[in-house]
Amino acid sequence: MAQTLAQKILQKHSLDEVGRAGQIVRCKTSMVLANDITAPLAVDSFRRMGAAKVFDREKVALVCDHFTPNKDIDSAEQVKKVREFAREMKIVHYYEGGSAGVEHALLPELGLVGPADVVVGADSHTCTYGGLGAFATGMGSTDIAAAMALGETWFKVPETIRVNMMGRLDKHTVSKDLILHIIGLIGVDGALYRALEFTGEVVDAMDVEARMTMANMAIEAGGKAGLFPADEMTVDYCRKAGFPDPGKVYPDDGATYFRQLSIDVTGMGPQIACPHLPDNVKPVDELDRVKVDQVVLGSCTNGRISDLRQAAEIIKGRKVSSNVRFIVLPATPRIYEQALEEGLLGIFIRAGAIVGPPTCGPCLGGHMGILASGERCLATTNRNFRGRMGSLESEVYLGSPLVAAATAVAGEIIHPAKV
Amino acid sequence: MIFAGKAHKVGDHIDTDAIIPARFLVTSDPFELGRKCFEGLEQGWVNRVKKGDILIGGKNFGCGSSREHAPLAILGAGIPVVIAHSFARIFYRNGFNMGLVLLEIGDYIDKIRDQDQLEVSPGTGEIRNLSTGQIINSLPVPEFMAEILAMGGLVNYVREKVS
Repeated sequence: MAQTLAQKILQKHSLDEVGRAGQIVRCKTSMVLANDITAPLAVDSFRRMGAAKVFDREKVALVCDHFTPNKDIDSAEQVKKVREFAREMKIVHYYEGGSAGVEHALLPELGLVGPADVVVGADSHTCTYGGLGAFATGMGSTDIAAAMALGETWFKVPETIRVNMMGRLDKHTVSKDLILHIIGLIGVDGALYRALEFTGEVVDAMDVEARMTMANMAIEAGGKAGLFPADEMTVDYCRKAGFPDPGKVYPDDGATYFRQLSIDVTGMGPQIACPHLPDNVKPVDELDRVKVDQVVLGSCTNGRISDLRQAAEIIKGRKVSSNVRFIVLPATPRIYEQALEEGLLGIFIRAGAIVGPPTCGPCLGGHMGILASGERCLATTNRNFRGRMGSLESEVYLGSPLVAAATAVAGEIIHPAKV
Repeated sequence: MIFAGKAHKVGDHIDTDAIIPARFLVTSDPFELGRKCFEGLEQGWVNRVKKGDILIGGKNFGCGSSREHAPLAILGAGIPVVIAHSFARIFYRNGFNMGLVLLEIGDYIDKIRDQDQLEVSPGTGEIRNLSTGQIINSLPVPEFMAEILAMGGLVNYVREKVS
């Protein structure tokens, strides 16, 4: 049977014969992940399961990145619990303090995830690794506890929506704009229970970091996974990161798809998701002078070095509007160091930005950039639900790193070509 | 087992930040989480429910994050059953794992009004709307999930395998 990317990868790790969509299969897990919010619950479930040790101490990653550096006593207690568990289980990939970064930027960078892996994480944006050609999906803490104990989990084989992208992107339009456009097209439940598979000449030319930005937001369309083929570029990226023996992975010709979309990206331009759902998407030029109080550049969606470079290029030699707090959070310590060496952090600071440590912080309304009632933020993050970043009476708009930098300068949401 | 309670309707695409905002995720205690249930929808929302009441969601209920705190908060608020048009997939798995009863009924969701008195039999999937006299049958629970439920949930399933 000709297989989609999802079927092909699941088959590689499955204890069962992987057939049609809808079938339940049990699979071995390549990497199991949790963070400082979800790991404490996973630890509780793990204990209740009576498990004495994790299935493989090199295949469990615990990353304290959400409320860290710990924002209060309760979050410090949660991290302490995760740390003690990691020590007890002798978990190799435990990250806290100066070694910690935003989990979905950190794991690819460390070469811990790669093509054809099956990765499960107690975090909905685990789907990011689909950008590397991995079948990666988010689950709750108890499912993750089960995977930590057994090294396996169960999946319903998803139907797949194939998105073929053709044409040419202009210099101000990037992969964030593409994924926002797609979510706007199919809706926040457009891929519910399904996998998205991205292909076409636009994908072939897209760098791996940009692919991860798109895969990251598959969940915002309800998707179980957002998958890219692993090609020469992926193999190069993963080999440099230290992932052992990365190989190419492609879907079979003639695989069965639930739906196929063709998108011509030529002339698309920057896209914005307006409050309060990620599918409320408009071209930036259709927004009518929307003033903002805050701009956030960072997160597992757009906190990588290529994102910082794009934003720095726009803001270089300009000043952040006096009415705006521009918060820049490099997603990992290595990205931070690289941005420092390349002079990007200096560009941001001289422009009047706040450069903070790697953390998920404001994306989920945790800390380091919370909104008051009536305040508005343009963020390169992934969710704009009501109250996501603070007060129930605040608003979040989502856009690309280029739009973020331009907006920080203009004080209103604006096309990057206009600053 | 039959659950009886008053219906409380919420809309489509209710996200996990509406169910339990991230700032409250500094505890795993269902009672503590329950006190803040739906604080991201409306301040003090939880004060309108009585123990045993039933939550009625729209499309894509529980979309967003993977936080298991969301079904825990609903249970902690004293709500044992959620009926929805459809559920987001991570929430659906989490709900089962936490012992929250989830029933999917598609467009029949419009047959339930806010404050209707309901009786729910999870075993048969039958929902009786005592206020209108209507009976609605929910979609069947996927077979594999039913098996896990029959074993007493995922924790017991794993407990048996590791022992």
